[in-house]
Amino acid sequence: MTSKFRRAGSAVAIVAALGLALSACGGGSGSGDEGEGGGDTSSITFIPKNLGNPYFDASDKGGKNAAKEIGTKWAQVGPTESTPDSQVSFINTATQQRAGALVVSANDPTAIGDALEEARNAGTKVVTMDSDTEPQFRDVFVSQADAAGIAKSQVDLIAEQIGGKGEVAVLSAAANATNQNEWIKLMEEELAANHPDIKLVQTVYGDDDDQKSFDKTAGLLQSHPNLKGIISPTTVGIAAAARYLSDSQYKGKVALTGLGTPNQMREYIKDGTVKSFALWDPEQLGYLSAYAADALASGDIEGKEGDKFEAGDLGEYTVGADGVVVLGEPTVFDESNIDDFDF
Amino acid sequence: MSLLAEKTPARTYAAHAKPWWQRTLMTRDAAIIALLVVVWTYASIVILNFSDPITVYFLVLDVTPILLIALPMTLIIITGEIDLSVASVVGLSSVLFGVLHREGVPMVAAMVLALLACAVAGAFNGVLVTRFGLPSLAVTIGTMALFRGIAVGALGTTAITDWPDAWGDLVQARIGDSQIPLMTVPLVALIVIFAVVLHFTPFGRGIFAAGLSKDAARFSGVNVDRTKLILFTLSGLVSGLAGIYFTLRYGSARGDNATGLELQVVAAVLLGGVSIFGGRGAIPGVIAGVVLIGTIGSALRLDGLSANIIQIITGVLLIAAVIAASVLGWTGRIVGTYRRQHSSDEPSSKQSPQRKRSE
Repeated sequence: MTSKFRRAGSAVAIVAALGLALSACGGGSGSGDEGEGGGDTSSITFIPKNLGNPYFDASDKGGKNAAKEIGTKWAQVGPTESTPDSQVSFINTATQQRAGALVVSANDPTAIGDALEEARNAGTKVVTMDSDTEPQFRDVFVSQADAAGIAKSQVDLIAEQIGGKGEVAVLSAAANATNQNEWIKLMEEELAANHPDIKLVQTVYGDDDDQKSFDKTAGLLQSHPNLKGIISPTTVGIAAAARYLSDSQYKGKVALTGLGTPNQMREYIKDGTVKSFALWDPEQLGYLSAYAADALASGDIEGKEGDKFEAGDLGEYTVGADGVVVLGEPTVFDESNIDDFDF
Repeated sequence: MSLLAEKTPARTYAAHAKPWWQRTLMTRDAAIIALLVVVWTYASIVILNFSDPITVYFLVLDVTPILLIALPMTLIIITGEIDLSVASVVGLSSVLFGVLHREGVPMVAAMVLALLACAVAGAFNGVLVTRFGLPSLAVTIGTMALFRGIAVGALGTTAITDWPDAWGDLVQARIGDSQIPLMTVPLVALIVIFAVVLHFTPFGRGIFAAGLSKDAARFSGVNVDRTKLILFTLSGLVSGLAGIYFTLRYGSARGDNATGLELQVVAAVLLGGVSIFGGRGAIPGVIAGVVLIGTIGSALRLDGLSANIIQIITGVLLIAAVIAASVLGWTGRIVGTYRRQHSSDEPSSKQSPQRKRSE
């Protein structure tokens, strides 16, 4: 008796569920792709690699300031983990909102490509910032600096700190991060060409996770007793490595440089763990990206080589080959100038 | 009085039970489906762009892996077991598929081999649970680490991203000009198969029986161990399918794909009215539970909230929903007991004094 009723109940519920699904879909098939209204063509959405990353907090601040100057709506959303699949949901959301432009730092060069294509089909302009996708998926890439320049400045810094010879290692972010891999490749070339006595013994990946980067640093020092220096071209990595070094016997003996923010690294510069490191200003990077996004959304530029646009305080920029806009040279921070910066 | 006395015991029981419409509408399934309708309607009115057809498209693509895995998970939880290794099997499937593809194995063959391996992984869980009598919670926490370890170990933190576009396009294709993903067709077919197996076959009744009482089920001829072994194998297979989907949708085979997905699946299944103690649950409620979680996430994102805030809100809603479901079941039972006591006063009044004397 009861099972009969349970069956009947289940059958009714299945029909109800399917009916619901169909009615939801039915609404979908009616209207076309072109949304009239609903969307806001003058809004800019920032999607960082992950939240709670001081580097992206700074670039978001720059983006927000630029949006305020331009007079456009600005939003920052993003995943908690730096994985491509979690970024895709947020790109999809921007598509649904028909955001005017999207500024995204890609966790993977191809994995978010389809989602970005979908966004562009819906009329959203796409700017990649800091970490690029493959060129066909975006309109413009705002590059923090020329990759060769970044690689050379870090190699020069470590060479200077270890006296031009010895073993060094690299502590990177994700093994699939486009920018990291390009820099590491260029660093290897730079070492081979100009610093033959410096040997790159290992590259490890901390996945931009503080604890993982900390553990990988410890692992490097244990497996390479003759290690002279570590290059960490990622802000999470260099801070974690500095934290490990400052509390260990290696403090002052193993050099550390890379890309970090002044606020994270100030105490390690002051206590002598780190002599110097480099970074472009991420706030300026976000600022420039927002201006590029707005120029695209308002139709001032198309992202073609030679297109020019104004970027507020930073002046005029020109789009280069492959739709790349370069912010400028990285700044070197050391004891003499670190107190001049706050980000 | 005399009429009542002539009734058969079964009819007396039916007269005292709730009317049929109450039994259908006051189930957890109906409640969760109603909740879904309310949330959907509310979001469509209040949240800008939620009513846009493309919402359906993204929502289906997003919930597909959770929905897939929730199907065998529902059956497993109804038997009183659990499989926490599912998300790791997704990673394993993704990596195997990726590595085979990289080594030049044709796509379909690579898919089949990856699926077979995942079925074996599921069967491994099943054997440990049934042959060795180990608790599935402990077994699958172990294999969760084991499978994820193999997946991440095989590929490191690199990813295989060199996939033919056609396959990715197929996964994300729409039906005609609509915003309904083509994936909906096999998905609905699978849902129907699982619903029919669970609710309309002897095998399905065996699943409920095993969850209610293992011994009673065994005495009434249900091969509980075989049932569980089949379900764990099925869970591995379907999780493998979700891994293939993940890989093709994102065009990226990664060992860390779908990390943490098992909790979303279990949460959706419990939200859908399945009892964690086994013996109770139904596919329609689970589908509604999965879609509800997806809808809430989508609506909150459209509202401009970031992932960490969405996680907090979804978590709170889940706890609230599970508590509400228990409270509903609880009050339902109290009301039922009350009704039975009071409505049975009259017809049983003649017999009760005798019974009391005999005790």
